[in-house]
Amino acid sequence: MPTSVKSPAPPTGIANAHITVRNLTMAFGSYVVMRNLNFVVRHGDIFIIMGGSGCGKSTLLRHLLGLIEPAQGEIFYENANFTQADPAVRTEILRKTGVLYQGGALWSSMTLAENIGLPLGEFTDLSPAEIRDIASLKLALVGLKGFEDYYPSQISGGMQKRAGLARAMALDPEILFFDEPSAGLDPISSRLLDDLILELRDNLGATVVVVTHELASIFAIGNNSVFLDTQTRTMTASGDPKELLKHSPNPEVHAFLTRGGNNAENPARSHG
Amino acid sequence: MDGTVQATLPPGELSFARKDAATLVVRISGNWHMRHGLPSAAALLNELTAQPRPQKIAFDTSALGQWDSGLLAFLTGVSEVCRQNQVSPDLAGLPDGARKLLELAEAVPEKTGARAEVAQTSFVTSVGAATLSFWEGFSEFLTFFGEVTIAFGKLFEGKARFRRVDLMVLIQDCGANAFGIITLLSFLVGTILAFMGAVQLQQFGAAIYIADMVGIAMTHDMGAMMTAIIMAGRTGAAFAAQLGTMKVTQEIDALVTMGISPMEFLVLPRVIALCLMIPLLCLYSDFMGILGGGFVSATMMGIAPGVYMRETMHAVTMTSVIGGLVKSIVYGVIIAVAGCLRGFQCGNSSSAVGDAATQAVVTGIVYIVVACGIFAFLFNILGI
Repeated sequence: MPTSVKSPAPPTGIANAHITVRNLTMAFGSYVVMRNLNFVVRHGDIFIIMGGSGCGKSTLLRHLLGLIEPAQGEIFYENANFTQADPAVRTEILRKTGVLYQGGALWSSMTLAENIGLPLGEFTDLSPAEIRDIASLKLALVGLKGFEDYYPSQISGGMQKRAGLARAMALDPEILFFDEPSAGLDPISSRLLDDLILELRDNLGATVVVVTHELASIFAIGNNSVFLDTQTRTMTASGDPKELLKHSPNPEVHAFLTRGGNNAENPARSHG
Repeated sequence: MDGTVQATLPPGELSFARKDAATLVVRISGNWHMRHGLPSAAALLNELTAQPRPQKIAFDTSALGQWDSGLLAFLTGVSEVCRQNQVSPDLAGLPDGARKLLELAEAVPEKTGARAEVAQTSFVTSVGAATLSFWEGFSEFLTFFGEVTIAFGKLFEGKARFRRVDLMVLIQDCGANAFGIITLLSFLVGTILAFMGAVQLQQFGAAIYIADMVGIAMTHDMGAMMTAIIMAGRTGAAFAAQLGTMKVTQEIDALVTMGISPMEFLVLPRVIALCLMIPLLCLYSDFMGILGGGFVSATMMGIAPGVYMRETMHAVTMTSVIGGLVKSIVYGVIIAVAGCLRGFQCGNSSSAVGDAATQAVVTGIVYIVVACGIFAFLFNILGI
């Protein structure tokens, strides 16, 4: 982390904190989306941001990425204050992250290899041939070997998503963000993506932050989470989703994790 | 129910009866299809206010044929009227399906304050708001222009980055690919100028001065102006649509979080491409306009091409050609900046992309005309 950011360390005292969110209030003008968010993402976590549709999950993600400025509160990456950092330091921090956007967000004027090669060309001293090799490797990792010269419009939505993941992994990031990774994927592809996320965390040692409302994914991969409640406009629970399912005193959280409480089957058991 | 019976049933009908003094029976009969139009719940109001005032409403649907959402819309209207008049509706007489759908529709209370308010603004207010938003737009434009300038500074320090291949594609797109339309329109503008001048000049036997008029008008103003307006409609709109779509699909977010400045990566090559190409197009437009004027002179007024050419070379000075080129570069900056700015400001829907393209053209042309006025004023002071 750059030492140029002079700010107090996040006051949570939690060792191993990778991202610390303190008193975050998100608002568009006078409309408050969420207030008083406080949570910590630890190194190696698969952290789930969950909640009902339209509660501000993606908005929270955009705050974590600095695409929207908080109305109040601060976000720390390790000990660096991201919210108050100047643009150069922010870029430095963001360079250690990779993001998979909802629709993949591949640059449509470039081939898949060029999409993955662009950050490599910008931020490394690799030769074009080496960049091409690494791009091929990343594509192979997500099961798209041989698709180097395809344009994003020539492949299916699920493949675009996987190519987006390959691009997010281009610089071997320390943190990977996923915005609704299973949206628009069939159950099997979605399951494969979950497995891929787990393997990335285990083998690359990355921290993973996932925005989702897919219960199957939440229980299959998440080991930490925050629940955003639409009614009270704040977080009502945090922690391991499997623990929340068993012990959460909050009826909203319980209803969410059990599909409204009508599901007799325990979803935690139904998946992995 | 039997199909033939239904076919003979009349379209939806409504009648009222009293079971006893306190109970109003609403009799619903016939086929209730929304495509045939339906009785309104307002008729019920008269019955409710009639003496003696009913306390309850019951439904009789024994003669009801087929029904669809039209019936439900009517029933929700009825239950709204009942609520306002503190009358309790007894839903037991309704078909099962209709009753359940009605309960579903009323399960969640209406969100208050969510309906669109029709704002009434006076003429003066809207004029004021429009004026303020024009100035706001102008200051946004200047801010964006400033950011582009800073990015250019980085470019000269060798720090700014974009892909050379993108620049080449853009140069081809706003240079070579625009030749056809510039050829056609500039030639036509030249002929129009010549026609209009010819009528006047012929009256006192000064037809040869058509060459002077067309030459000076094209090089001084019309060449740059025509090129700029064509490019605003062609390239400015394309820039806004490209960047707007990239905004919608989060491609711009992806650049930002990757640590790549969209200003350098997307805007710089567009501004450079347009500013390199537009003076060439302008020069070409000058030439085509003069050619158009010469064509009219030769065919309609019998001025020999050689004579026309000599007169043109005599009239057109290097200063006015260069003045036109300088103007065209300024117009190019305006078009590129307006296009990119509107693209970046694009909202998150497909109609927003269309708005962005429209806005880019409108902003571009308005500022081009303003700049043209400023140039006329400046050139006048400088005596050019």
